[in-house]
Amino acid sequence: MYGFIWRRLPGGVALKLGATLVLLGVLTALLWYVVFPWAEPLVPLDRVTVGP
Amino acid sequence: MRAVLRTFGELSITLGSIMLLFCAYLLWGTGAYTERHQVLLQQQLAQEATSPVRGDGKLDSIELGRALAMIRIPKLGVDYKYAIVEGVDAEHLRQGPGHYPGTALPGEIGNFVVSGHRTTYSAPFNRIGELRPGDEVIIDARQARYTYRVTSSKIVYPTQLDVIEPVPEQPGKRARHALLTLSTCHPEYSARQRLIVYGVLDRTHERRT
Repeated sequence: MYGFIWRRLPGGVALKLGATLVLLGVLTALLWYVVFPWAEPLVPLDRVTVGP
Repeated sequence: MRAVLRTFGELSITLGSIMLLFCAYLLWGTGAYTERHQVLLQQQLAQEATSPVRGDGKLDSIELGRALAMIRIPKLGVDYKYAIVEGVDAEHLRQGPGHYPGTALPGEIGNFVVSGHRTTYSAPFNRIGELRPGDEVIIDARQARYTYRVTSSKIVYPTQLDVIEPVPEQPGKRARHALLTLSTCHPEYSARQRLIVYGVLDRTHERRT
């Protein structure tokens, strides 16, 4: 999978590396600011109130 | 076959990394949200202190999501302070410790119940397990500073609703003292039980307006 992506990236090694970093950054930001805040309430962790 | 195995391995590593990142988010990422909202809530309190709300000065109709008072616990550090927000839904508790609507207000006869996160969202109540009988919990409300003293703490199951009664664990009994109940999760990182800290009002220091 990663080999396939690496081969599809354009340019030489330096450009490929740069593109990889950008892709990683975008993916991390997407997870951190969109996916994780959405997923957080679904995790039964740190429930602090009493209730039936 | 080899390609399939390799892809499976790569996917597993990716998934594992995402899980780790999610844990990091829960522990530290959520705190950023709380800190942002704490700044706003504390500003709200400061503003209202300088320009008091018109009316009879009573606190009995606080909108959900509004800042109610500041909580300080000297035992947990001189800098320990959070704005208490009205409401205990997920959206309120993300912003800071939340006051159970309908329970007593600071200083009032009855039970002033506050819940707070223990491990996520700045973890305001992370260390309330360290409180011992006699320790002070200071509630700075608009009209006065109320100093409560811890009387006891215990661990209960989340189904034990009577800890928020006006007289905890004695449903239906009429309250004669101003009590305080703090609640958070127990054990840490779990939703299995609740840690409850009880206190009683020790003294009131009126604010001059």
